[in-house]
Amino acid sequence: MSDAATTLRKTPLHDVCFELGAKLVPFAGWEMPVQFEGVREEHTAVRTHAGMFDVSHMGEVEVEGPGGLRFLQRAVSNDVAKVEIGGAQYQLLCNEDGGVIDDLFLYRLGHDRYLIVTNAANHDTDLAQLARVSREFDVAVRDVADRYAMLAVQGPHARDVVERTLKVNLPPRLHVAAVHVGRRPAIACGTGYTGEDGVELLIDPEVAAPIWAELLEAGIVPCGLGARDTLRLEVCFPLHGNELTPERNPIEAGLGWACKEETGFVGAEAVARARSEGTAEKLAPFLIEGAGIPRAGNPVLGAGGEEVGVVTSGTFAPSLERGAGMAYVRSDLAAPGTELEIDVRGKHRPARTAAKPLYNPDRRS
Amino acid sequence: MAEPTYPEELRYHDEHDWARIEGDEATFGITWYAQDSLGEVVFYEPPEVGATIQKDSSYAEVESVKAVSDVIAPLSGEVTAVNEALGDAPEQINEDPYGAGWLIKVKLSSPEESETLLSAEEYRKLLENL
Repeated sequence: MSDAATTLRKTPLHDVCFELGAKLVPFAGWEMPVQFEGVREEHTAVRTHAGMFDVSHMGEVEVEGPGGLRFLQRAVSNDVAKVEIGGAQYQLLCNEDGGVIDDLFLYRLGHDRYLIVTNAANHDTDLAQLARVSREFDVAVRDVADRYAMLAVQGPHARDVVERTLKVNLPPRLHVAAVHVGRRPAIACGTGYTGEDGVELLIDPEVAAPIWAELLEAGIVPCGLGARDTLRLEVCFPLHGNELTPERNPIEAGLGWACKEETGFVGAEAVARARSEGTAEKLAPFLIEGAGIPRAGNPVLGAGGEEVGVVTSGTFAPSLERGAGMAYVRSDLAAPGTELEIDVRGKHRPARTAAKPLYNPDRRS
Repeated sequence: MAEPTYPEELRYHDEHDWARIEGDEATFGITWYAQDSLGEVVFYEPPEVGATIQKDSSYAEVESVKAVSDVIAPLSGEVTAVNEALGDAPEQINEDPYGAGWLIKVKLSSPEESETLLSAEEYRKLLENL
């Protein structure tokens, strides 16, 4: 066993996942379940019923103080003034060049109190940047990652089963509420990373295992990071480290809607420039036309066989039953319906760019 | 097939492939361990009939939702048949890796290579030490 393996962090749900037979893999410094019964079954469970994911590796940062709003307008990309108490908003954390350090969800818990959920791999970097920016404002920025276990319950029946089983009233989609779970204070967020309705529960780590057991008993299917990835890819949610990097700006990633430059956030000038001048490349979702499964790193080829981009995420999409992915391509080739080829380990697979999302849960009959 | 199974009549390659040898012909596939590690197979593209394959080299790829894996030839020869049914039902590789999930049939060019392959017992021992 290598040193790296022995120093992996474990979530409060690590042992129950292991006992259920999950395959565990290193992910962003944590040992996390990648699958239980199988990616395809878990994916389908979330699309048709309800699945739950241990996402306790994700980080939490609390922002509190009279300067909270002014600080957040400077720190993150969206217009935080629009968020009411109990509201939620998607954010990008940018560097001065407009590159994306991380993507975040912001929840407004009180008048001067906010909670930010970070990606595990970026938590420390995010915290450092938030702390640096906060010095100019009357606000406290606290790392509260150890305070919570995080359980995402997702799927068309997720909300009903959680409300009935845990006897909580959940907030509507894109809202947040203080609740009690396992008789301990908890935060319920009407958000997720699957395209389905559902909830993300921030709960006391001490009650995480019994709560997981209760939901399992109620018929919620345990799911791993493998299904989480195929679910988010079908609905074209970006993944930091794949679609989003410090070298790519939100405009080329198709996330201009989450940037309100007039708020003066760090990187706003660079984002405004990218918005007005356009970008050389754009992120385009695509579907493989026939056989073949694209993978991250595969070159994208134009009509003449010339390289015009690169795949950032690719998989077999279980709900679409074909290869699908996202790629940065030359901007003139990013419009939906453009014919391209993906070089999948030497085989040129015909593909066509498509509109977001590739799979639309709202249009399901 | 939920439980590990390694039929006695097969010969095994340490890259987790099996061969059913009948004279100078053989059928190849991947082992229970290989399909379990890979997870549900969603795509398999066979080589062309007539292709020459080389022992210890990749002759095909199998893909699960998340990963792609090379399939290694346990023996050398020429491909005489491919399992076309897997095009529509690649999950057979998981469900029946030694039966309906067979991958190719081969006319062996060097049947004596089979002496280097493992018995079921030797292969099981190899797995225990992984």
